[in-house]
Amino acid sequence: MATLKKLAEKEELFTGGHRLCAGCGIPQIIRLVLRSAGAPVVGTTATGCLEVGTTIYPYTAWKIPWIHSAFENAAATISGAEAAHVALKRKGKIAKDKETKFIAFGGDGGTYDIGLQALSGALERGHDFVYLCYDNGAYMNTGIQRSSATPFGSATTTSPAGVVHPGKEQKRKNLTRIVAAHNIPYLAQGSAHNWKDLSMKAEKAFAIKGPTFLNVISACPLGWYSKPESSMEISKLAVDTCYWPIYEIEEGVLKVNYKPKEKKPILDWLKLQGRFKHLFKEGGDELIKKIQADIDEEWERLLDLDGKYVI
Amino acid sequence: MASSAKKLKDQVGLTGNSAVALAMKQINPDVCPAYPITPSTAVIETFSDYFANGEVDTEFITVESEHSAMSACVGASAAGARVMTATSSQGLALMWEVLYIASGMRFPIVMATVNRALSSPINIHCDHSDSMGARDSGWIQIYSETVQEAYDNMFQAIRIAEDKRVLTPAMVCMDGFITSHAIENLTLATDAEVKGFVGDYTPEHSLLDTDNPVTMGAMTMPDSYMNFKFEQSNAIAGAKEVVVEIGKEYGKLTGREYGLLDCYNLEDADVAIVVLSSAAGTTKAAVDELRKEGKKVGVLRPRLYRPFPHQEIAEALKGIGAVCVLDRADSMSGFGGPLFTDIRSALYGIENAPLVMGRIFGLGGRDFNVANAKEVFEETFKALEAGKIEKTTGYITI
Repeated sequence: MATLKKLAEKEELFTGGHRLCAGCGIPQIIRLVLRSAGAPVVGTTATGCLEVGTTIYPYTAWKIPWIHSAFENAAATISGAEAAHVALKRKGKIAKDKETKFIAFGGDGGTYDIGLQALSGALERGHDFVYLCYDNGAYMNTGIQRSSATPFGSATTTSPAGVVHPGKEQKRKNLTRIVAAHNIPYLAQGSAHNWKDLSMKAEKAFAIKGPTFLNVISACPLGWYSKPESSMEISKLAVDTCYWPIYEIEEGVLKVNYKPKEKKPILDWLKLQGRFKHLFKEGGDELIKKIQADIDEEWERLLDLDGKYVI
Repeated sequence: MASSAKKLKDQVGLTGNSAVALAMKQINPDVCPAYPITPSTAVIETFSDYFANGEVDTEFITVESEHSAMSACVGASAAGARVMTATSSQGLALMWEVLYIASGMRFPIVMATVNRALSSPINIHCDHSDSMGARDSGWIQIYSETVQEAYDNMFQAIRIAEDKRVLTPAMVCMDGFITSHAIENLTLATDAEVKGFVGDYTPEHSLLDTDNPVTMGAMTMPDSYMNFKFEQSNAIAGAKEVVVEIGKEYGKLTGREYGLLDCYNLEDADVAIVVLSSAAGTTKAAVDELRKEGKKVGVLRPRLYRPFPHQEIAEALKGIGAVCVLDRADSMSGFGGPLFTDIRSALYGIENAPLVMGRIFGLGGRDFNVANAKEVFEETFKALEAGKIEKTTGYITI
C-alpha cells in the first residue's frame, strides 16, 4: 500500500482550475483514486457535477483520456472503450504488453437511478473496469432533487420538508448490496477522509481483473446545507455514526474495514446539515429515532456478516 | 446468354439480414455491441455465429439494451475502434439520445437499420417511422431497395462515414421482412475485394492513446455550441459528394455503381412517384405495365436521404407534370409525410416545377402492390389533367 508521501509524489491527473464548489467532496476522491491506478487510465463520467465542473470548453481538468457521453450510460460507454482495447490488442494495433485501466465515474443519480441498468449490464458482462460512484445523496447538479440514495428524512427540492410530508419518506436504496449480488470480484464502500483506506481500495479495484465497484460518500455543502470547511468532519461523522459503513467484499468475503471505538449517535451527523434541520423541530424526534433504528439494524447486519462469505 | 448464365452461377440466394451480417463479417469490425430486436435480430444472430466460430476477431458485446448498444458504440469509437451494430423500431427509438451524441462527436459508426413500425399499437412489420424519426439526428441515411443493395451499401457506408471530410455515423436502411427476410439472388464481393475497399481505420484521436490524453464530450456554452453544430452541418452536407465518389469507386470494383438517386423512366415522364426502398421495386413493375399501355410514368427513388440531395431531386423532377410522393411514415399532425415535405420544399421556386401531392402508405406492413401503385399513378394523372391537386396529402389503402 502506498504511503501518503508516495501518493503525493505521483503525477496529478486531475488538475486545479475546475469549477466544483468549495468544500465539494468529489475532487479529493478523484485525485486520490487516479493516483492509485498503477497504470495509464482511461475514464468516463456520467452527466453531473463532476462532468460539468471539469470540462467547460475549451478547458479541461483531466490529464487522462476522458469522455462524457450521457447521464445513464457511463458503464456502457466504458464497456465500449474497454472492448476496443481488447479488440485492438488482439489485432495487434496496440502493443500486447501495454497496460491500460478503465474507470467510470457517476454520482448517485447517474448510478443508483438512471444508470443502474447500464451498470448492472456491464458488471454482468465482466468488463475489466472500475466503477466509482460519488454518493452525495441527491441530484446536486440540477439543484438538489431527491434520488434513491437520498437518506430518509432529508429535505430536497423534490422532497421538501412540508407540514404534511417531512422531507424524503423512503429509506435509501442499498446499492452496494445490489452490486454485491452481481458476484463481482471486488467492491467496497469508502470515504475520502480516510485516505489510507480509500487509496488501498482503489489500488485493489484497479489491480483486480474484471469489474470492480467503489461507492464513496461525497460531501456536498450546497445540497447538505453544511459549511464547506466541515466537509471532511461530516464525512468522518458519517462513518463514525455508521450511517456510511466502511467495508469491502473481496471474492465474496465481507470485511468491515473500520469499526468505530465509540459509535456516535446519528444526531451528531444530522445536526451539522441544514437538510435535516426540520427534524429538530416539534415532532422530529420520532423521525430521528427511526433513522437511528435503521442505521443500527444495518450496522448489526454488517457486523454479523463480517468475515463471512456473503454471496 | 453465356454471360448471363455466368452471372447467375456466381450468385447466391440470401435474405437481407444474412447479406448484411455477411457484409459485417467481411468488414470484420473491431467492436460490435448489439441487442436483439425483430426484424433485425437475424443480423446479430448470424454475426454471433461468425464470432462463436472464430470467423471474425471482433469484440462482440451483448449489451442489455439498445441504449447501451449505442453507448458502447460511442465508447468503442472514441477508443479508436471500427464499430458496427444493427437495430430496428423500438430499439432505434431507445437509442435516440445517443444517436445525437455519436454524430455530435463525429464517430463514424455504421448501423444496419431494419425498418419497422413504432408502437403503439405494437407492430413488428415494415414502415419507416423508426428511421424517419432519426432523420434530424445528424446520421447519414442510405435506403436500400434490394438485398444486393443493402449488402453493397454496408461497405460504402464504412468508407463514407470514415472519410476525413465526413466523419459522421451512417445507417443503412432496408425494409423489415420485405427485404430483411426475403431471399434474393445477389452477387457477393470477395473477402479480398472488401478488405481492399474498406481498408484500415485510423482515427485522428483515441482514448487509448494515453500518452496524448484528449477530453471528449466537453460541456459547451452558447459561445461555442453553435459553432460545433455549424461545422457538423457542413460536414454532413458535404457527404453528398463523397457518396457519389465512393459509389463510383465501388462500381469500378464490382460493376455495381451507386449514386444519390435511382431514376426509372423519368426522362420523358408526365407523371412520377417518389418512394424509398423496396416499394420502389413494386412501383417499377407498375411503370413497366403502364408504359406498355403508352402511359409516360416513372419512379424516383432517393438512395441517399440524409444528407438530402435536394438540388439533384429538383433537377430530376423538373418538367414532370405531376408527382406523388409516397411516405412509409406519417409526420403526425404535420403537412404530409417527411419525404413529401422535403421534396415539396426542394421543388419550391424552381422553374417547371411539377404539381406535388403526398400519400402515406404501407404503415405497419400494410401491403403495397402493383395495383396500388397503378392507382396512385392514375390519381396523379387526374391531377395533371385537372391542372390542380384536389387533395394534397392523405392515406392510401385504408
